[in-house]
Amino acid sequence: MSVFALATMAAAAAEEAAHDAAEASGGLPQLDMSTWPSQLFWLAVTFGILYWLMAGRFLPAIGGAIEERRDRIADDLDQASDFKRQADDAEDAYNQSLADAKAKAQGIAADTRTEVDAEIAEMQAETDAKLQSKLDAAEARINDMKKEATAKVDEAAADATRAIVERLIDEAPTDDAVARAMTNVAR
Amino acid sequence: MQTFRAASPMEQFEIINLVDLSLGSIDISLTNSALWMLICTGAIIIFFAAATRRAAIIPNRLQSTAEVLYEFVSDLVRDTIGTEGRKFFPYVFTLFLWILIANLFGLIPTLPGLPHAAHTFTTTSHLIVTLALSMLTITIVIVYGFWKNGFKFLKLFAPSGVPPLMYILLVPIEVVSFLSRPLSLAIRLFANMFAGHIILKLFAGFVVSLVGAGGFLSVMGLLPFLGAVAVTALEFLVAFLQAYVFAILTCIYLSDAAHAADH
Repeated sequence: MSVFALATMAAAAAEEAAHDAAEASGGLPQLDMSTWPSQLFWLAVTFGILYWLMAGRFLPAIGGAIEERRDRIADDLDQASDFKRQADDAEDAYNQSLADAKAKAQGIAADTRTEVDAEIAEMQAETDAKLQSKLDAAEARINDMKKEATAKVDEAAADATRAIVERLIDEAPTDDAVARAMTNVAR
Repeated sequence: MQTFRAASPMEQFEIINLVDLSLGSIDISLTNSALWMLICTGAIIIFFAAATRRAAIIPNRLQSTAEVLYEFVSDLVRDTIGTEGRKFFPYVFTLFLWILIANLFGLIPTLPGLPHAAHTFTTTSHLIVTLALSMLTITIVIVYGFWKNGFKFLKLFAPSGVPPLMYILLVPIEVVSFLSRPLSLAIRLFANMFAGHIILKLFAGFVVSLVGAGGFLSVMGLLPFLGAVAVTALEFLVAFLQAYVFAILTCIYLSDAAHAADH
């Protein structure tokens, strides 16, 4: 409401004021042709000087600064990408040498393992052989003792048989007969 | 009551001689209008001289501001005219800045009690000034148009791809529209400045009258005061917008001249 009212008031007042001014000075100041030459002259002077300075000095200076900055930024970006490529190369080289070192270390470890394994196997074989010979000797001794013991048992049995037979029939049997009898029993 | 009477809204447009000068029989007196043209131009020159004094890769505030203006107008010229618009860049830049600063400086409030000759003056509120600028633009358009395209520049009035019979209607319309360009360009800027400043002064006048009336009416004086504040804000927008419109229309007309033969 108030905006409309103000606008209406303003329009009315403007009409009145324009009328007053027209009466006071004989028309709009803008239409007073006697002031035109002076306005045109000073417009030409100020606009001309401003154009001359802008075209000749200020705009080339600003444009030059902007251009220089653009070039500098482009250069810096180029250099940065260069550095990045160098860094990438260095990283690749590092990774390569790391992989080489790892492979080498694994090779050394494998060699050492086979060497140690061979040594262990050799020592084991030696020990096995030693033990085997001792085992064989012990077995031979056991067999001897077993044979001896068997012979002694046979002898004792033959003695006992002879003594029993002598007591029973008062006649000493021959060794052959005893041996035959014992063989028959053992069978 | 005479002490509370505000000056007429037309008073701000009156031209007052400060120093009488003449060139032959032509009156070129230094007036308040001339003074404000000198003030505006001087301010622009001082600003740009300071901004470009040490043009550096890393700009200071002044240089940054100047670069923003430069890029703004540079983009405008490139987008509207294309690459051949480069040679008009200084002209469009000067035009834009001259009008912008004239419009903005016209909004500086006058200190109370100063003599009439020292009141703030808006140079672009005079039709002869805006008309001179628009005629300059159109003259450049016509001269450049014929220089660049020869008589093919006249194709501007007869666009191709139209039935021949239509030319009877189309050519007069195009001619009239071309001839009305300088007038519309001049009147648009002048009328905006003129009307804006009248409305500002009217609101201010209401404040004076209402406060002077006393009583309840004095309190009512707050309303036109708020109106004046709002219109001032609007006028800042208009000041920029009209400078921009003048510059962009200049670019569009120059683009017509540059590409007339392609139509």
